[in-house]
Amino acid sequence: MIHFVLLISRQGKVRLTKWYSPYSQKERTKVIRELSGVILSRGPKLCNFVEWRGYKVVYKRYASLYFCMCIDQDDNELEVLEIIHHYVEILDRYFGSVCELDLIFNFHKAYYILDELLIAGELQESSKKTVARLIAAQDSLVESAKEQASSISNIIAQATK
Amino acid sequence: MEQLKTIGRELAMGSQGGFGQSKEFLDLVKSIGEARSKAEEDRIVLSEIETLKRRIVEPDIPRRKMKEYIIRLVYVEMLGHDASFGYIHAVKMTHNDNLLLKRTGYLAVTLFLNEDHDLIILIVNTIQKDLKSDNYLIVCAALNVVCKLINEETIPAVLPQVVELLGHSKEAVRKKAIMALHRFYQKSPSSVSHLVSNFRKRLCDNDPGVMGATLCPLFDLITIDVNSYKDLVVSFVSILKQIAERRLPKSYDYHQMPAPFIQIKLLKILALLGSGDKQASEHMYTVVGDIFRKCDSSSNIGNAVLYECISCVSAIYPNAKLLEAAADVIARFLKSDSHNLKYMGIDALGRLIKLSPEVAEQHQLAVIDCLEDPDDTLKRKTFELLYKMTKSSNVEVIVDRMIDYMININDNHYKTEIASRCVELAEQFAPSNHWFIQTMNRVFEHAGDLVKSKVAHNLMRLIAEGFGEEDDTADSQLRSSAVESYLRIIGEPKLPSLFLQVICWVLGEYGTADGKFSASYVTGKLCDVADAYSNDEIVKSYAVTALMKLFVFEIAAGRKVDILPECQSLIEELSASHSTDLQQRVYELQAIIGLDAHAVECILPSDASCEDIEIDKNLSFLNDYVQQSLEKGAQPYIPESERSGMLDISNFRSQDQHEASTHGLRFEAYELPKPSVPSRTTPVSLASSTELVPVPEPSYHREVQQAATVPSSSDTGSSEVKLRLDGVQKKWGRPTYSSSAASTSNSSSQNTVYEVTPVDGSSNVNSKAREASYDLKKTQVEISPEKQKLAASLFGGTSKSERRASSTGHKVPKGSSHVLKSTAGSTTDVLVEKTTPVQPPPDLLDLGEPTLKDGPSSVDPFKQLEELLDPTQLGSSANPGIVGSTSAPDIMQLYSDKPASGQSGGFMYPSSSNRSDDNLVSGLANATTDSAHNITAAAHPSQFSKGPNLKDSLEKDALVRQMGVTPSSQNPNLFKDLLG
Repeated sequence: MIHFVLLISRQGKVRLTKWYSPYSQKERTKVIRELSGVILSRGPKLCNFVEWRGYKVVYKRYASLYFCMCIDQDDNELEVLEIIHHYVEILDRYFGSVCELDLIFNFHKAYYILDELLIAGELQESSKKTVARLIAAQDSLVESAKEQASSISNIIAQATK
Repeated sequence: MEQLKTIGRELAMGSQGGFGQSKEFLDLVKSIGEARSKAEEDRIVLSEIETLKRRIVEPDIPRRKMKEYIIRLVYVEMLGHDASFGYIHAVKMTHNDNLLLKRTGYLAVTLFLNEDHDLIILIVNTIQKDLKSDNYLIVCAALNVVCKLINEETIPAVLPQVVELLGHSKEAVRKKAIMALHRFYQKSPSSVSHLVSNFRKRLCDNDPGVMGATLCPLFDLITIDVNSYKDLVVSFVSILKQIAERRLPKSYDYHQMPAPFIQIKLLKILALLGSGDKQASEHMYTVVGDIFRKCDSSSNIGNAVLYECISCVSAIYPNAKLLEAAADVIARFLKSDSHNLKYMGIDALGRLIKLSPEVAEQHQLAVIDCLEDPDDTLKRKTFELLYKMTKSSNVEVIVDRMIDYMININDNHYKTEIASRCVELAEQFAPSNHWFIQTMNRVFEHAGDLVKSKVAHNLMRLIAEGFGEEDDTADSQLRSSAVESYLRIIGEPKLPSLFLQVICWVLGEYGTADGKFSASYVTGKLCDVADAYSNDEIVKSYAVTALMKLFVFEIAAGRKVDILPECQSLIEELSASHSTDLQQRVYELQAIIGLDAHAVECILPSDASCEDIEIDKNLSFLNDYVQQSLEKGAQPYIPESERSGMLDISNFRSQDQHEASTHGLRFEAYELPKPSVPSRTTPVSLASSTELVPVPEPSYHREVQQAATVPSSSDTGSSEVKLRLDGVQKKWGRPTYSSSAASTSNSSSQNTVYEVTPVDGSSNVNSKAREASYDLKKTQVEISPEKQKLAASLFGGTSKSERRASSTGHKVPKGSSHVLKSTAGSTTDVLVEKTTPVQPPPDLLDLGEPTLKDGPSSVDPFKQLEELLDPTQLGSSANPGIVGSTSAPDIMQLYSDKPASGQSGGFMYPSSSNRSDDNLVSGLANATTDSAHNITAAAHPSQFSKGPNLKDSLEKDALVRQMGVTPSSQNPNLFKDLLG
């Protein structure tokens, strides 16, 4: 089972946290501090796994962002590494060449996507297409709700006239 | 997919004025990004909290605004601050009919609340309603929340609806309903035990996603009860077969592997079902063999499946062919360059070693390489492997290595673990007493107080009882070698408290037993300890009791006791100690020294620590005394239970006891009736359990007094008084030092009933010889060629290992490592890793990378932009492989070359002039945005191509600038494709 998911930037800034096991706010802060200390200081060629308080933390670096997942002792690390990659691929499809900035300003969207991928600490859907379809369906509902949108498209429209 | 991407893009950036949030929120995110220190960040967040607190309670907030406030709360909470003031608003938002708001509300509550939060009760009703909704998206959103927030008490409220949803027409809903039931099962198995058959049914669902989700609960169920699921073996095998034959929809493929995540889950389940069951295992052999063959070992996911195959093979009834295949894969893992694969290889080896120990010998050199690897994770995994393969022949080398490693780490959690492993191995396989004592000394010395006190008590017991053989001389040898080594160690500075306790106890019990050391020598050492560790009352208590024992043994042996002056002063000092426990010990010591030989022998017989103590709880030996007192007119004793009228101590005490064990405030009266029952019973069970544990525990003092009163013939009255005192202290404060000190009094006063055993006068321990042999062993390990020797000592005889080593050398297929390398190079993640060192990714916030050119340059930036967008260049950069290394710098270059042209430009790039450029974003939104940016953004709005894309980055850049979120050139990483 995945106990939590963390996205930390190279400077140790938190970009996203999702806790599947109960942790108090205080513990969370401690966990983040402890783990970012351990993970950010690891060299590039070392294992993508860290043993930590009887759990294992699997992390992977994408550009300047570290994706970390904490799993049980007997889980398959390589699989979790691929779950991370799976998530990043879905993010990439959704945002189109996702970059850290996308996640900074749209962290709630990243949460929605994560909710379709993992539930209660387990992988619920391994098909990218299915996840994408669900998210698109949710967004299309959202779409109709926002009309005052598109300031940028207006500007673009004006500019291209 | 194309369409989705467009939507995503639009949502992400195009609409709603950029990122869909207000300027205010963007500013917040920006300023957080710019914060240089944690303190600054905290300050910003705190002021944001203040703002939100004020705003959120205003009347008539527009819905959109409210939604944003909630998202801002999420942000605040994500950064580790308390946003609890807004929880109720998030809860309110879940009641909203608008899906958009409801979804935000649900997201927020799942992030804010834990399953035991009080507010959950307010959401249950909404969830119930939403689970019945016609809109499947609302149902999905509700199910997401159910998985996170529904607790044991609220399960019945939603259970019927969730079960109904198992038959929903949308597969997404069925899947989530399954996961929700799984969650319920984890929280309270009894609540859903009657629904377990549903999981079986869903296994045959048409949708592979639902089937895959069903495997999660089934895995849990099978873990608990294998036998009732044996009938499913055939189904699982056939599903796995279908997957391996690629009969699942293409969309489940992942990196050319057919549904690997489902394969892994199935293999895990098969491993459980086949464990120790030959018949079930036979069904699996073919399909597992197939997977072994089909797996693509060049991709990470392929290796993940292969690893799971090995786990499965080593768990089920062994099959020679599969074991061979597994061994081959392990060999490939271990020879790989990737640390990840080595790690998995070591782990897999640990699994396989139980079935075929000879596999390890093939890989001994690889294992030793891993052991000496600078990567800590790998090293630890290797120690785990060594731990699994420890035998009496290699225990010395392995434990030695473990301790060497243990000395150098700081991670307390792991240190504790490895220390207890060392102790366990030493106890199990110790080749000799001396080695055992030496090893324990090293463990205690270095792991210090991290070792569980149980380990220390075990050690004391072991020394007292010996190794269980009937051979008394061996036991006394063990003791005298322990005494000898402790006397040597005791002078070293800063020994851990626990170790000192062991030392003191052993010295007190056996310090003079073999007659090698005089009592005055040993007592002198003990006094030194008590002096040197004057802050540690437990150690002092141990020391005083040890002194008492030594004196008593002297008296019993008919020798004259000469109390050293420093000892005398110690006794005097401690008799005025603040710790009542220490005081009592010292007074007892003084009283006992004054008695004659016969009396002391009854009180403290030598070497009787293992004898059972008989406690006369009725205190019948005092009957005469009581009788006398009564005759003299004393008040008769009234048992506590009969003292009805007096509201005194008894109530006080029972209450106090209750409080001490439940820690502080009592909530029972206000809680629901159900939980109050267990909390009432806990004190009882706690109290009774602590009685059995010989570990110093604060809650222990009650029994202490009982035990203490028996041997120390002090009158009962005084101890009664003290008992009350203790109670008072506990009532008003946490159980503090006095009680913990009291607890030691017990643990050592347990040792105060003895029987006489013959004192072994002659010692045939030769410490020098022992040391020499120890050294010899060490050098044996370390002579060149070091590694092979080590291998030999770990895996078997030297000659054998050398032969093996050379043969493995030949066995390595020469090309294999190359193949691995080159294929691995093609996967993207390796690529990322490979490129990073070449072009170290500039920090988001790091200072001063000299890519900036100060002052305005005359180059027209927009020309450059256009040039970059030139179709030919685009074409050349389409290859994702090159982008990482070549075009990314170009982009950076582009950013950095931007001159401060014109007003707006100058305003937008303050970082280039003042160099305060650890800005994630700098400058504010500017009304006069450059139209040129818009043109570039608009020029190719619809053509998005997959993968890292220059154009994408440029567009994002343009948009971001428009938002006023200007990247300084130092932070191109923000725009770097994560998958680039």
